[in-house]
Parts: sequence; C-alpha cells; structure tokens
Amino acid sequence: MADRAALLLAARGLTRTYPGVRALDGVDLTLRTGEIHALLGENGAGKSTLINLLTGAQPMEAGSIQLDGRDVRPRSPADATASGIVAVYQEITLLPNLSVAENIYLGREPTRFGLVDRARMRRDGATLLSRFGLSIDPAQPLSAFSTAVQQLIAIARAVDMSARVLILDEPTASLDSAEVAVLFRVMRELAGSGMAVLFVTHFLDQVYAVTDRITVLRGGKLVGERRTADLPRLDLVAMMLGKLPSGDGHLQRHAAREPGAPFINVKGLGKRHLVAPFSAEIRQGDVLGVAGLLGSGRTETALLLFGAERADSGQIVVDGEPVTLKGPRDAIRLGFGFCPEDRKLDGIVPDLSIRENIVLALQARQGWMKRLPLARQRELADTFIKLLNIRTPDAEKPIQLLSGGNQQKALLARWLATNPRLLILDEPTRGIDVGAHAEIILLLEKLRDEGMALYVISSEVEEVAAYADRVMVMRERRQAGMLTGGDVTPAAIIDAIVTPVEMPPSGRAA
Amino acid sequence: MMRINARTLPLLATLGVFILLYALCAIQYPAMLSSRVIGNLLTDNAFLGVLAVGMTFVILSGGIDLSVGAVMGFTTIALAVMIEGAGLHPLTSFTIVLVGGALFGCGIGAAIHWLKAPPFIVTLTAMFLARGAALLLSTDSIPVRHEFYQTLSGLSLSLPGGGRLGLIALLMLLAFVAGGVLLHFTRAGLKVYALGGNARFAGLMGIDTARTTILVYGVSSTMAALAGIIFSLYTRSGYALTGVGVELDAIAAVVIGGTLLSGGVGGMAGSLIGVLIQGLILTWITFDGSLSSWWTKIAIGMLLFIFIGLQRLILQFSAPTGRTG
Amino acid sequence: MTGWFMAARSRLVLLALVLLANMLVAPGFLELRLVDGRLFGGIIDILNRGAPVMLLAIGMAPVIATRGIDLSVGAVMAIAGAVAAASVNAGHAWPVAVLAALGTGLACGLWNGVLVTIFRIQPIVATLILMVAGRGIAQMITQGRVLTFTDDGLAGVSSATLLGLPLPVLIALAAAIITGLLVRATALGPFVEAVGTSPRAARLAGVPAPGILIGVYVWSGLMAALAGLIAAADIRGADANNAGLWLELDAILAVVIGGTSLYGGRFSIGLSVLGAIILQGMRTCILRAGLPPELNLLLMALVIALVLVVQSPACQPAIARLTARLTRRGTA
Repeated sequence: MADRAALLLAARGLTRTYPGVRALDGVDLTLRTGEIHALLGENGAGKSTLINLLTGAQPMEAGSIQLDGRDVRPRSPADATASGIVAVYQEITLLPNLSVAENIYLGREPTRFGLVDRARMRRDGATLLSRFGLSIDPAQPLSAFSTAVQQLIAIARAVDMSARVLILDEPTASLDSAEVAVLFRVMRELAGSGMAVLFVTHFLDQVYAVTDRITVLRGGKLVGERRTADLPRLDLVAMMLGKLPSGDGHLQRHAAREPGAPFINVKGLGKRHLVAPFSAEIRQGDVLGVAGLLGSGRTETALLLFGAERADSGQIVVDGEPVTLKGPRDAIRLGFGFCPEDRKLDGIVPDLSIRENIVLALQARQGWMKRLPLARQRELADTFIKLLNIRTPDAEKPIQLLSGGNQQKALLARWLATNPRLLILDEPTRGIDVGAHAEIILLLEKLRDEGMALYVISSEVEEVAAYADRVMVMRERRQAGMLTGGDVTPAAIIDAIVTPVEMPPSGRAA
Repeated sequence: MMRINARTLPLLATLGVFILLYALCAIQYPAMLSSRVIGNLLTDNAFLGVLAVGMTFVILSGGIDLSVGAVMGFTTIALAVMIEGAGLHPLTSFTIVLVGGALFGCGIGAAIHWLKAPPFIVTLTAMFLARGAALLLSTDSIPVRHEFYQTLSGLSLSLPGGGRLGLIALLMLLAFVAGGVLLHFTRAGLKVYALGGNARFAGLMGIDTARTTILVYGVSSTMAALAGIIFSLYTRSGYALTGVGVELDAIAAVVIGGTLLSGGVGGMAGSLIGVLIQGLILTWITFDGSLSSWWTKIAIGMLLFIFIGLQRLILQFSAPTGRTG
Repeated sequence: MTGWFMAARSRLVLLALVLLANMLVAPGFLELRLVDGRLFGGIIDILNRGAPVMLLAIGMAPVIATRGIDLSVGAVMAIAGAVAAASVNAGHAWPVAVLAALGTGLACGLWNGVLVTIFRIQPIVATLILMVAGRGIAQMITQGRVLTFTDDGLAGVSSATLLGLPLPVLIALAAAIITGLLVRATALGPFVEAVGTSPRAARLAGVPAPGILIGVYVWSGLMAALAGLIAAADIRGADANNAGLWLELDAILAVVIGGTSLYGGRFSIGLSVLGAIILQGMRTCILRAGLPPELNLLLMALVIALVLVVQSPACQPAIARLTARLTRRGTA
C-alpha cells in the first residue's frame, strides 16, 4: 500500500565531506506519504550526516531535496522546520529547566497584550498532549517526567509545528518495552494522518514491528532500499555489516592453533542498566572477537573489563587470582590496554604531540615523578612510527593534525609501548582508509602470534571471523553466544546476532 | 507560577534565611522594625538592587558580567562631567548614559556571541575599558550641585511610622518590577531561560541565540547605567572609582537569591531578597557597632558557599538518572 | 629549547617593542648601575615591580591549562600578607611568619581544589567564593586596618638584595624555574594538559586526574601566598583591602598573552612569565611617559580584545592558513 502512496520526500545524491572522510557519498532517500521508513547502518555509516543535511544542521555539498515536488534547501533547523522537516533525537533536545508547555511553544508562544499567555499555553498544551495519550499538567517542569514522556513531548512539539516529515533518531534507546509500544502507536497514528516518519534505530525487532520500508547505509554509501516485508533479517544484517552470507569471504581463516596458556577468566561480570553478566575465557595469544550490532552491549563489556565502569556482579580472574578493578589504573597495572571506539573523545589528547600521546599510558603507569627521558620517548615514538607506518614528518606534530587511521595507529602505539598482556580494541578499523585498515589487521595478527591476548570488538564480521579464535556475540545488552573453532564463520556470527536470546544460541550457531 | 519543587527550594531557603535574619535582628534591636530602617535599607541598597536586576538576566542566561561596577562608576563621573562641566540638563544626561549603557552592553553581547569567548573574559575587558575611560574623564571626585538634583532627592513617599521611601528606592523597586515582567511574562524572558538551560538546544528549537545574548548584556549594562544614575543622586557627586568590586556583591545577591550560577533556573524575586539579605547584614553590623564591616564579606562568602552547595546537591538529585552508553 | 624560542618569538617581539617604547620615553632606561652592591635600572625595576604578577601567572598557567580559572589569588595574597604581618606582630620570628603565610596559601589552594575536583563545582564559581570571602578573612586578621610591622626580616622579602638583584626578582625567578622543572622535568606537564582538554582520554590512559587537578589549585595558592608576602613586605604592612586587588585579572591576562587558551591545553610557564613582564613593561612605559596611568586599563583592554579575536574559532582557520604559509616559506 505504501508503494502506491504519493512521493513525499525525494533526496538525491546527498554528499558531505569532512576533512579526510567522505561522510556521505551520493545517497538517495525516498519517503512516501503515510509510511514509516527505517534508516539503518552501523556507526559511521552516515546516518547522522544524512539527518543533519535533511534538517539543515549542516550544508550539503551536492544533491537535492524535494518535498511535495518542490525543491527545498534547508539552511538551518529552523528553516527545515518551516518547510516541514523536523527531527527528534535520542538525546532529548528540550530544556529541562522550562515547563512542558514552555517547551512545546518555545519560540511561538501565544501572547495577550504583548505578554505570554500562560493560561492558553497550558490549555493548548494539555489538548495537544492528550492526542499523544499523555494526561499531564503542562505547567510542570519538564525534568519532572521520565525520558519516555519527554520524548513524546518532543514529538508533540515537532508535529505541532506542522511537520510533514518526522525524523526520529534512536528515540527508543532509553525506553522500556511498554513505552516503546506507546511510541509505536503514536508513530502509526502520525503516519496514518499523512506524514512520513523516518525511524533510526539499532533494534531490529522494532524495525520489523513498525516500519514499511528500510534504507541501509554503510560507510557513507547507500546499500539499498527494500520493503521490510520482503527483507529477511539475515539479509538485512548482511546489508548492514557488508557481507552476504551466501558468498564466500575473501579473507582466509587462519589455521587452527594450539590454545595458549590460561590467562584471564571473566565470570559473570555485569552491571545493572549497562550489560547483563557475561563470561569469557581469554588465553595468551588468543583473539576473542566480540560481535554484535551497535547498542548490543559490546562496548560495555570492554568498559567493565578495563575498569572504566565498575562491575556490580561477577569477577575477573587473572592468572588464577581474582582481581578487583577500581578504575583503569588498576587494569593498566595488570597489563591491560584499551583502544576506545571514540578516538576524538576517549582516545587522543588533541593538543599534545604524537610522541606525548604515544608515551602517555606508559608514563602514567610509571608515575609522574619518573619521567621517561626525552631520548627514550623519542626512541619509542620513532620506533612505533616506523613499525606501524604512521604517516607524519616527525613525532612532534600535534596528533590532531593526523588522519583518523594514523591517529588510530598512534593510539595502538600508546598501548603497545606499555607492552600489554591484553589489548582491548573497540572497532579498531572504523572510519579509517583502506590501506591503514589492512595494516592494522596485519599488526593484530602479528601481536597475537607474539603471544599477546586480544579482545577485539568489531562490526566487520568477515574480518572477525578471519582472525578470532573465538567470538562472543552480544545482543540486547546480554551475551547471546560464544562461537569457537569451526563455528567461527561470518554466517554463524550473523545468525547469532539475529537469533533471539531466548533460543539456545550455541545450538543455532552450529 | 510558583511551584514547590527543586526549582523553588532555593528561593524558599533564601526567604527563610531573610526572615530568620530579620527576626534575630528585631529581637536584638527592636528599632530594626521601624519603617525608617526599612526605608533606609531600600535606599542604601538601591544601586545594588538595580545591578542585581541586570545580573539576574545575565546569570539566568548562563553568563556573568564583571563590567557592571565599572559601567556604574563611568556613569557617575560622566554625569558629573556632563552636568557640571558641559552644563547639560540632568534629564538629558540621564538619557545619554542610559542609551550609551545599552549600546555598550549590546557590544559585549555581540562579542561574546561571535568571538565565542567566555563571558567572564569579555566582560573583564569591558570592565577595563569602562574603568579606564572613567579615569580619563577625571580622576577626582566631582560634586554635582545642579538644583534638579536637589529637587529629585526631595521626592519621597512617606511610610507609616515616620520612614521615607526616596526616589532612588522607588526606582529600584520599579526596576525589579519591570525586570520581573520582562523576564517572567514576555517571550524575550523565556528565551533568556532557554539560553541558560542549554544554548545548543535553544538554538535547535529555533531561538535566536545571538539576539538573546545581545539583549541580556544590553539589559545588564543599561541597569548598570541606571545604578550609576542612582548612585550619582545618592552621593550627589561623580567619581571614577565608584563601585569597585560591586559586581561581586551583585553576583552574590543573585546567587543567594536562588538563581543557579550555571544558568536557566531562578528568578527576579529571589535577587531582591538576596540584596536585602546583604543590606540587612550591613545594617545589623552598623547597629551592633562592635562588629566590623569585614563580617559582611565573610557572611556573604559563607552564604554563597551554602547556596552553591545546595544548588550542587539539588542538581545531583534532580538529574535524570541512568542513561548510559 | 629551540622550540620554545620559536613559540616565544612573537612575545619576544612584543617585549622588544615595549622596551623600545620605554627607551623612547626614558632615554636612560636600559642603563644598569651598581650602587652599594645592588643593581638599579629600568629593566630591574620592571622585573621587581612585576614579581607578584609573575608569581601569580606561574600559578595560574597550569590552572588555566586544565580548563579552569582561579579568581581567588588576589584575595589569597591579602590573607597571606595579613597572616605574615600578624604573626611577626605576635612576636614570632620572620621565618615562622613566612611559613605560616605559605601554609595559608596551600590551605586556600586546597579548598579551591577540593571544591573543583571533589564537589565538581565549576572553577569560576568555586574560586569566586574565596574571592569574596577571602578579603573579609584578611580584614578580620588585620582588624580592618593596614597592619604595619617593623620586623626587618619580613620586610627584607621585598627589600633585600642577593647577587645584586632585588629578592622579589629572585623569588619569581626561582619559582619559575622550580615550577618549570616540576612540570617539564617530570611528566606533570603533559598530564596537566591532558586532564583539562581530554578528561575521558586521560582517565582511560591511566592519568591520575583528581590528584593533578587538586595539585594545580594548591600550587596556585602557594604562588599567591608568595606574591602576598612580597606585597606586604613592600609596604611593611598588610593592607587587606588593596593587597593584590584585581591582580587575578593581570595574572589571567599574562597567561593568555603567554599563549595558553582559556579553553585549556598547552601551557608554558616561561611564556606566562614573559606575559607578566610585558604587562609590567607597558605599565612602566605609560608611567614614565607621564601619561595618565588610567591609559593602562584601556591598553590592557585592547590587548585582551586582540587576543580574544585571534583566539576566536572564527579566526582560527585564517590564522592556521597564515602560519602554514609562513612556515612553508621559512623552511623552503
């Protein structure tokens, strides 16, 4: 039915480049009247950039947007709102210090004799909210309400500003299932009233529960647009992760090796609201791959293992001794290292030089009083610049001037300089160019062969399948399976990602 | 309007402190209850009150204005020079300094917005500018002897009990009422709250943050100029070093009045009480005779600490919980 | 060291201009005379008078590098001076008075550091408390008067001469060298720069962030106490109202001229000291030229405005392009 519906929004060839990265490369998006359309992709796929172009938060370099057959070129979010495109984000961009009514009518308050007509705002607000199933007093401060209610209020504001196209960017990430059900009812009603809803989420169940069509992005490019009903889950995940399970991989799986000496045993480690208890064994010279979609809890396992979040259940046993991690410093003392996913925020110190960034963790472990002599620092920096092929004229350049791939290599160098026994890597190959990508994979294999234990979180299933000895699959913030030996194949990983947790995961994966 | 929750708790606490303080004073010195003392309390603190009106806007918007004392000082000396030196009529001079103050503040706001510089450093620059310009006008204290000043200081409302509410006290109360209406009942006022709540979100919701920032600092400098007029009437003279450090008193009054220094939460009524608390401490010290003026600063520092601590706790407990990764 | 001189180049040019201006208004400015084993001359004068702001800038630079600010240093100067004056007047020997003053500075710094680090109050707000209350505390100690003292030992902090140089110059120099060594000969420098701009990255790399954050405020308090001692010794009395008044602003300005961004990151003790000397040089020049000293405020406003425009994100790309072009030409 949605097929025959009128074309509402047609975006063609949207392109946007950031320094060094083409974030969006000639992407098309078509929304029809009355449809709920899913926009899917991993981190860095270009979803946020696409939304930013549609809402005018960023200018587009190339491409066109047609709404109702008219060309629009939003220059700001306010501009986009005026033409009928509004976005509501997971991060609620309302003002908690204002009342609900003030939030709904901010910038377009009804006035009486030049003064804000609060009585009318309150009345109109209550009427509006009742359409969304909310019977609350709009004079209450926004912060008095739960995230779910705030989300609905944000949608109410957006829709009330005469929206034709409503973009919902991960609105369900912090909602419970009952709240999600309410949100879905609202979405269907809005679509039924002739709007189009663009729904960004990483919960596949929700995609199948509510959407009519799916657009998948990967690496800034359009992978394809499909009708939800015609696209099996397995194919969808394959589209998102870039591997069709039917085809054979180019990467050769390494030969089975002798298992290394016992090293780390994670027993039921977990933290409420973060990730359910998970267990894993990591041996020396062992690569434990961690697979799962965005938001599956894969990063959270690393945060617990590195002490960046304190676990409230379970324990970590290292060399047969149970240890407690009060913070990253404890983990570093045990010989752990962690390359986080968000290089800019959690990784590099942008002002410092490449040398200072490389020696940072080693220096922190030594303590501030025992400064590494400058000659030793230079030697370390130069060694790693050569070893990892970091492209820079010298080690004294501020690290922020390097490309993403070279920054990533410098962060790897930071941990390699500490000579770690366990290296935790969160999406080590995300957002970097092809050459650096291959180099990093080779390096990981070399480190493994030298006896280092690796804990690699990656959404590149094909790669994980190639170099991991075992793969832990995460789904909906819990451990959904542990694949070993011959079971470690791209198809099996995708299968485990898709399979609901309730099923015995090992049985399905085999 | 008034809701009793985490938001209004600081205001209630301020009110409680004021009433408690006043009761203590009155028990010790029953004369403090006389309308004469009340009238003086309002008159002596009129300039501080007017500064606090402007500072309330600034702090609610998430900023800070260190230039108000210097702008006030500049105004007093500029008035003296215009009236005594150039022979302008006081009313003409008042108009000139008010308009000048407004423009100066708009400039500050524009610099903060477009240079994306921290407000404290921009207003610090403005403070140097205003203070330097004031000293260039004259380093001496210049008395103002215009007869219009005599007339103005004669104007007052009689309070029951022999007290008098002078023109400048009335001006301050008027400033609070006007500021309160602008802040709480107009669209512009709501934008100030929005800006202080979260400037980025306010922008996303279609608020013109540039215009709002300019408005806020414009109001603050205009109020500083008005405070200068009041101080000029109060002392019947102009002096370039008037109001050194008074910006800190104004900030303290606003914070003690329950406005969050991080912006977005608070209101005009609290600032008035904040000013009165400071005035009350000063009056008490004057009555006591054995206590010295430094106790005012220490007491205000302690109140600041208590209120900032209180705000911190409220933020801690009212923050939305449990959103991770 | 060559890198430092590259970074210092523009400030050295500015300093040269200020000195040149001084020479123009006072022809004998550069002369140095040795009288009774003590050097006299325009440059010594600038260093001597600039010593308190140099000390404050030495303490302020690491604080600003952590994206913080310490507004209380002027008030801490007043407290430290008052404590020193009160203790010699109570009959203690001058070394005791000096130690008491320094201890007071440490305590004030610790208070600020704890508010910022443990209670997570924004630095500008946290240090505002002591800025307001500090002067009251100082006045309480001096009983609201200028607390004069006759102890020559304590007065010597300002008037004594060593190696031909006034003691304040040597104190500031020693503080600069010790602080410089502390941040550059140990690993503290990069740690300080990391905790302010990239708190999360620093924590994940194992940098002990809370200790460093408290430490920079404690150090700032200590430097302020030293400056307060010099100010008190200079007038042989503790003036709670005027000691260090507005000097926090001079210190912030010196650090900003020294190239540290108010948004944290890279800092240099040497350049911040240079910034303080430039400020004092400007002040001296205006004084010697017989111009009204009020011009100083206007000139300072002008300098900050210039720095703000240069540092503003709107101008950054243009400046980066310009330096890139200049360095390319330089190396070619």
